[in-house]
Amino acid sequence: MILVWMIVVLLAGGVLCWLVAQRNQLICRWIALIAVVTAFSIPLGWYLRFKPVVTAGNNWLIDYQANWIPAYGISFHLAMDGLSFVLILLTFLLGTLAVLCSWNEIRERTGFYFFNLLWTLAGIAGVFVAMDLFLFYFFWEVMLVPMYFLIAIYGDFNRRYAAYKFFLFTQTGGLLMLLSILAMYFIHGQQSGNYSFDYFTLLNTTLNDTAARWIMLGFLIAFVIKLPMVPLHNWLPDAHSEAPTAGSLILAGLLLKTGAYGIIRFVLPMFPQASAGIGWLAMLLGVIGIVYGALLAFAQTDLKRLIAYTSVSHMGFVLLGVFAFREIALQGVVMQLLTHGISTGALFVMAGMLKERLHTRDIDQMGGMWTAMPHMGAIGMLFVMASLGLPFLGNFVAEFLVLISTFDVSPVLTVIASVGLVLSALYSLRIMQKVFLGQLQTVTQPPADLSAREWVIVAALTVAIVFLGLYPQPVIDMVGGVVTGIVRS
Amino acid sequence: MTHLQFLALLPFLILATAAIVVILLIAFKQSHTVIQITGFVMMCGVVLAMWYVRDTLPREVPPLLVVDGFAALFTGLIIFSVLVVGLLSYIYFEEREENPKEYYILLFLATLGSAVLTISRHFVSLFIGLELLSVSLYALIAYLRNRNNAVEAGMKYLVLAALSSAFLLFGMALIYMETGSMEFTAIGRALETSGSSVLFLMGIGLIVVAIGFKLALVPFHLWAADVYQGAPAPVTAFIATVSKIGVFAVLIRFAQAVHLQQNTLAVTVFTVLAIACMLTGNILALMQQNIKRLLAYSSIAHFGYLLVAFLSGDAGVGPTVFYLLAYSITLLSAFGIITLLSTTRRDADDLSGYRGLFWRSPLMAAIFTIALFSLAGIPLTAGFPAKFFILTAGVQQNMWLLAVVLVLSSVIGLYYYLRIISTLFAAPPLTSVKERTLHPFFYAATYTSLVVLMCLLAWLGVFPGFIVDQVQAFLQF
Repeated sequence: MILVWMIVVLLAGGVLCWLVAQRNQLICRWIALIAVVTAFSIPLGWYLRFKPVVTAGNNWLIDYQANWIPAYGISFHLAMDGLSFVLILLTFLLGTLAVLCSWNEIRERTGFYFFNLLWTLAGIAGVFVAMDLFLFYFFWEVMLVPMYFLIAIYGDFNRRYAAYKFFLFTQTGGLLMLLSILAMYFIHGQQSGNYSFDYFTLLNTTLNDTAARWIMLGFLIAFVIKLPMVPLHNWLPDAHSEAPTAGSLILAGLLLKTGAYGIIRFVLPMFPQASAGIGWLAMLLGVIGIVYGALLAFAQTDLKRLIAYTSVSHMGFVLLGVFAFREIALQGVVMQLLTHGISTGALFVMAGMLKERLHTRDIDQMGGMWTAMPHMGAIGMLFVMASLGLPFLGNFVAEFLVLISTFDVSPVLTVIASVGLVLSALYSLRIMQKVFLGQLQTVTQPPADLSAREWVIVAALTVAIVFLGLYPQPVIDMVGGVVTGIVRS
Repeated sequence: MTHLQFLALLPFLILATAAIVVILLIAFKQSHTVIQITGFVMMCGVVLAMWYVRDTLPREVPPLLVVDGFAALFTGLIIFSVLVVGLLSYIYFEEREENPKEYYILLFLATLGSAVLTISRHFVSLFIGLELLSVSLYALIAYLRNRNNAVEAGMKYLVLAALSSAFLLFGMALIYMETGSMEFTAIGRALETSGSSVLFLMGIGLIVVAIGFKLALVPFHLWAADVYQGAPAPVTAFIATVSKIGVFAVLIRFAQAVHLQQNTLAVTVFTVLAIACMLTGNILALMQQNIKRLLAYSSIAHFGYLLVAFLSGDAGVGPTVFYLLAYSITLLSAFGIITLLSTTRRDADDLSGYRGLFWRSPLMAAIFTIALFSLAGIPLTAGFPAKFFILTAGVQQNMWLLAVVLVLSSVIGLYYYLRIISTLFAAPPLTSVKERTLHPFFYAATYTSLVVLMCLLAWLGVFPGFIVDQVQAFLQF
C-alpha cells in the first residue's frame, strides 16, 4: 500500500501546485518540494523501520494487488524488490534535487511546470514498481507526456524540435512494446486458459523460438531507445541539451534508467534463450556506444550536449554488462545506473548553474571559472573525476565490476571498452580545462559562487557519490538476490 | 404489431415526434431557446424510454426492424452525441445571421435516420434510414447558405451521396436477385445453402462502395475534408459522430448476419481498405493547417482502426462500441472548443488562431489538449484503452499486419496531434478576446458540458472496466 501512497502523493501534489500557482508562486514551489520529500520519506521510512532483509528464495519486499479491468485480466499490481527499491530511492533523491534546482530558474508558468515535474516523477516511480504489463505500459506513457511538456514549453531555443523527436522516438518503441505485450498475453492465454497481464503469470509462458525472438525484439527496441543504444540514440543529445536543467537531470538521471530496468526486469527473465541469442550483438553495440559516445563528447562545444554524449558512452557499459549474463556484471550494471544518475545529474545541474550565471552553454565562452567560483570549481572537479572513473568514487566500482566479468565472456570487447575509459578521461579533462581553468573571460561582473540552496544540492550529490564509491556493499546486498535469480534462469 | 413491439419502438417514436414538435413550435412562433430546451427534453425522453423498455428487449418487429441490446447501445451513443451537438448548436446559431429554428427539424430527422440504421435488419429499412440521414445532411451542411464554403460542401455531398445511393440500390438488387430475400438473416441462410456466387460478391462490392462513402473510407474519402471544412462546426461534429455511428452499426449487423468475416475475398477487401485508411488519413493530416480538415483526415484514420476491430468479427463488437464511445466524446469536446472559439464571421478552423490558447484560457486549452491526447491514444485518456482493446481484438485473430500498421500509423498520427498541442502551448500573440454576445448562462452550460466530457475522457481512460462490463452485458441480449 505504501507504493500506492508514494505515487498518489506526487500526483496530488502536482495538481495542487497547478491550482495554487495562480495565487502564489512561492507556495507552489514549497508544495512541490514537500510532495517530493514526502514521497521520498515513504520508502525510506519504511526501510528504516522494518530493515527488510532479502532472503534467498523470495526477493519481493512489498506486494500490492487490486482489481482494475478484470474483463481483460488487468490488475493494479505494484511490487518492490531490491532492484526496484534502489531505483526508487534514486528517483526521489534526484526528484528532490530537480525541484530545488528549478527554484529560481522557472519564473513563468510555474504551476504547470511543477505539475509536469511531479507527474513525470510519479510515472517513473510507477514504472519501477508496476508488475502488471498493462500497468507498466501505462506508467511508461505517463512519464512521457509531462516530460514532453517540460521540454516543449520550458526548454531552450530549439525546444519544439527536440520535444517532438523525444516523443516520437519513445512512442514508437512504446507501441512496439505494446504489441509484444499483447502477443505474450494471448500466447499465455491460449496455453493456460488464464488471460492475464500479470508479470508473474506471464513469466511461466513457454514460447517457441521464433515467437520468443520477435516478442523479445519488441520489448528490446522500446528499452534500447530509452537507454539509448547507438544507432537509436539520436533523440538524446537534442532532448538533453534543450530541456531545462531539472528536465536534463531527470532525463539523464532517471529516464535512461527505465530502459535498463526494463531489460533487466522483463527481457532477460522472460526470454532467456532469445536474449542469449543476440547477446553478442548487444554487447558489440554496447562497446560501439562506449567508444562512439566518448568520441562525439570530445568533439562538442555545447556543454550540455557534451554531457549528453557522455551518457551515451556510459550507457554502453550497461548494455555490455547486461548481456554478459554474469552475476558480477549485473551488480556492476545496477551500480552504474545509480552512479551515472548521480554523477551525470550533477554535471547537468552544474551546467544549469553556469547557464544561469553566464547565459550560454558554449564552452568556448567560458574559462577561468575556478578563479571566480572556487567552490563550484572544486565540486566540478569531483564530478568530472567521478565521470572518468576515478577510484573511491561510485562510477569506478560500477565500471570495474562490469569490465572484470565481461573479460571472461569476450576479452576483445572488454579491451575495446577499456579504451573507452581512456577516451572518457579525454573529454572529462576537456570540460575541466575549458570551463574552470584558463583565463577568466572578460565579463562585466564576476559570477557569484554557490548559494545556500545550490550547496544543498551539490552536497547531497557529493555525499551520495562518495558513499557509493567507498561502501557499495548495501546496494550489492540489496540487489544480490534479484541478480542471482536472473542469471540462474 | 403487438403491444410489446410497439413498446420496443417507443424510443424511436419519440425521436420521430421530436421533429414534428419542433415544426409545431416554429408554427406557433416560439423562440430559439424554447425549441432548444424542448429538443433537449425530448432527447432525454428517448433515453428514458429506452431505459423503460429495456426489460422487453430483444424484440423483433418483422420484417424490417429488430430492437436489441446492440441497437440500444448504438442508439444510446447517437442520442448522447446529439444532446451535445444540440447544445453546441445553440450558441453557434444564435450568433449567426441565419434563422436557426428549422435547423433543429433537420437535426432530429437526421438523428432518426441514424437511429433507424441501428435497428434495421432489412435492406428497405436500411435504405430508408440512410436516405433520411443523407437528405437531412444535404441541407444541414449548406445551412449557412451565404457562405461559399458551405454551399460548395453541400453540393459536393449531395452529388456524391446520390451516386453512392445508386450504388447501394444496385448492390441490393443484385443480392436480392441471387438470394431472393432482402432480410439480413434470410440472406445469410441462403448463402449457407448455396454458397456465395459472383453476383452476390458484386452486390457486396457495390454496397461496400456506398458504405465506404458514408464512412469516408479511403478511396471514397474525397468529400470528407471539404465537407468538414465547409459545414458549420456543430454539423461537422454531427457528421463525424452520429452519422458514422449509425452506418457502422448497420455494417456490423449485416456482416454478422451474412458472416462476412469468413469470406476470404471480403476480408481481403476490408483489410486493404483498413490499411489504406490508416495510412492515407494520417499522412494527409500531417501538413494540414486547418483544424477542421485535419480532424476530417484524422477521422478517416480512426475508421481505419475501427475496421481492424470490425474484421475480428464477434470479438470486435465490444471494442468497437467502446472505441466509438471514446471517439464521440473526444470529437465532441474538440468541436465544442472550435464552436466556442468561432466568431460570427468565420469558424475557428485556422491553426494559427490557436496559438498560445493555453495562456489565454487554460480551461479550453486543457479540454482541447486532453481531446487530442485521446485521439492520439495516450494513457489517462479514453483513447488509450479504446485503441488498446482494438489492438487486442486484432492480435487475438492473428491479424499481425493490421496490428503493425495500426501501431506505426498512429505514430505518424501522433506528430500532427503534437503539432496542435505545441501550438496551444506556444507563446501567445497579442490579440483581442472574442466578445461575448449571448446570455452568460449558455456559455456556462456549454463550458460545464465540455468539462463533463473532459472528466468522462479521463474516467474512461483510467477506469474503463465499468463501461466494458456494461457493454458486454448489453451485447449479451
